[in-house]
Amino acid sequence: MTELHGDVMIAVDQVVFGYDGGRTILNDVSLAFGRGKVTAILGGSGCGKTTLLRLIGGVYPVTRGEIRFDDQVIDARNMEQLFTLRRRLGMLFQFGALFTDLTVFENVAFPLREHTDLDETMIRDIVLMKLNAVGLRGAAQLRIAEISGGMARRVALARAIALDPELIMYDEPFAGLDPISMSVAANLIRTLNDTTGATSILVSHDVDECFSICDYAYLLSSQGKVVAHGKPEQLAASEDPEVRQFIRGEPDGPVRFHYPAKPLAEDFGVRAP
Amino acid sequence: MTSAIDRLGRAALELLRIFGHHATFFLELLRACPAALRRPYLVVAQIHAIGNLSLVIILSSGLAVGFVLALQMYYALVTYGAAESLGLIVNLSLTRELGPVVTALLFAGRAGTSLTAEIGLMKAGEQLAAMDMMAIDPKSRVLAPRFIAGLVSMPILAVLFSAVGIMGAYVVAVLLIGVDAGNFWSIMQSGVDVRRDIGNGVIKSFVFGLICTFVALYQGYEAEATPEGVAHGTTRTVVIASLGVLVMDFVLTALMFTTP
Amino acid sequence: MGKKSIETFVGIFVLLGFLGIVFLALKAANLGSFSSGETYQLTARFDNIGGLKVRAPVKSAGVTVGRVASITLDPQRFQGLVKLDIQRGVQFPNDSSARILTSGLLGDQYLGIEPGAQEKMYAGGDEIKQTQSAVVLESLISQFLFSKAADAGSTTAPAAAASSGGKK
Repeated sequence: MTELHGDVMIAVDQVVFGYDGGRTILNDVSLAFGRGKVTAILGGSGCGKTTLLRLIGGVYPVTRGEIRFDDQVIDARNMEQLFTLRRRLGMLFQFGALFTDLTVFENVAFPLREHTDLDETMIRDIVLMKLNAVGLRGAAQLRIAEISGGMARRVALARAIALDPELIMYDEPFAGLDPISMSVAANLIRTLNDTTGATSILVSHDVDECFSICDYAYLLSSQGKVVAHGKPEQLAASEDPEVRQFIRGEPDGPVRFHYPAKPLAEDFGVRAP
Repeated sequence: MTSAIDRLGRAALELLRIFGHHATFFLELLRACPAALRRPYLVVAQIHAIGNLSLVIILSSGLAVGFVLALQMYYALVTYGAAESLGLIVNLSLTRELGPVVTALLFAGRAGTSLTAEIGLMKAGEQLAAMDMMAIDPKSRVLAPRFIAGLVSMPILAVLFSAVGIMGAYVVAVLLIGVDAGNFWSIMQSGVDVRRDIGNGVIKSFVFGLICTFVALYQGYEAEATPEGVAHGTTRTVVIASLGVLVMDFVLTALMFTTP
Repeated sequence: MGKKSIETFVGIFVLLGFLGIVFLALKAANLGSFSSGETYQLTARFDNIGGLKVRAPVKSAGVTVGRVASITLDPQRFQGLVKLDIQRGVQFPNDSSARILTSGLLGDQYLGIEPGAQEKMYAGGDEIKQTQSAVVLESLISQFLFSKAADAGSTTAPAAAASSGGKK
């Protein structure tokens, strides 16, 4: 797989994972994320996309297999290693996960104040630059309760890039946004990636927006396996029924419409069980 | 029959697991405290949120309890001709028992529920996870300052409750009922010992503060990330903290005040 | 709310707490009467200390001049050994006596010192030689019964004395 991307930033190698005691969510998946590229992870709800992000962030240890960050194996139990790794990544949570008791400015300044010794004037400059990059420099003094969902996500993005991370992970960045905000977000993701040279991992089920900005994509199935992967054009042209159902958004196909149930006639008492 | 025993055994094991989980959480909280103390402003801000903002309810309750105690005790004492000891009785009741206990119950209700709700909502909004991903330990930055603030605020609130209660009792006893002011204070002074009564009362309030704050933080942290989860968490905080305080009160009273 | 104003409010809160403790300690408890540093110690032995407790007041002419510091059993002479802390400014002649008295009819017991007539005063560590034990209710009753029986001159008196435990 690495031959497809050249320089690999994150390698997920034959990973198996389930939350303790629960069902296996990821079933022997292998992915590679190229340095400086935008890679999308697509799939229906519950197929493990967000779980994969958490594993890369070291929140949980993998049951089997390994994940490598820049050729370093991630050990979720090693707090010091996680501490150093996490300073090189930024994560955008699904609804922003902004600190509601702080203002927009203070949210973006948070990682700077916690991890650096910069004085307030420098921090102010950096924060305003980041807010400017997402178009919200004028909103710096607003409280979180006063901003809209789309704006909140942009603030969260500014916060995620405050320390200029090498890896940026986006968890459903387009969910629940109006068309304008969606294209603003997509634009930002691509521009940021290109200007900073960071690696971006995009988890979403919005096929159109993803394809418009990503360099490579993986499709996960609800059984926790990689169904297909390739460049957007390749996936769009794929003949695989599962891929086609997802890409085209067909209501019924390999992913069944009906939840498993008894035959209809039985439920309505027309036929004996 | 065996399934009933099986369920009982399972329940017992689950209870043990919960105790263990509480203990682990407590130790992690303690471990996070030194880091929190290096950021004194965080602790100070929490003392304001937990302590200062509880002042109104604590002081007004203290005054009310002082009034009622004076009234009730007067009618009880006057039948034995011991109305002069009113000040002493009120003081002992307040500093030994009512001050720490009532303050703790009010604290659990006001500060405890707000802590639980706040932590629960932060967890539901993924704020704690976001901090984790930013390589900032949420326990040191969010939980430990609140814990330390609770430990500091509770004794102060309990002392103020008792002090205001005594003043309220003075108003009712001396100004309204007509008990002699000099006797009110002097009999009180000769009967109340700083180390034994006031000191033990402060120790009690410290222990109660620990219980209330710990339960509030635990319930908030472990609450399910849904609105119902947070609501259940807050009710559990009040119930468990109140029960804990009352049980510990019995234990501490037995240790401190029974003459050997 | 600005950082400075929060810090000010918290400062006020902590100050209030401190004042509360000071109020309780001084106005509402016995700290104001005397501090424990300026006392000297005397000892006294009693055949029966009755209901005397540690920290009971030591009074002379009804005025509290000290506290009972400790009560132990003297293992050689089988007497109660009581140590008293007396305020440094108060001195007693070295033939003063100590009695265990009851405040009121059935109240707490305290130690009373009756001054003697000598010019020399007790110094720290001295022992009060003349002591009178506490009045024990049972011996009062048995004395009363005994004297009543003696008056009547009946032969049931020794039986009554024996049955009341034979206490002195």
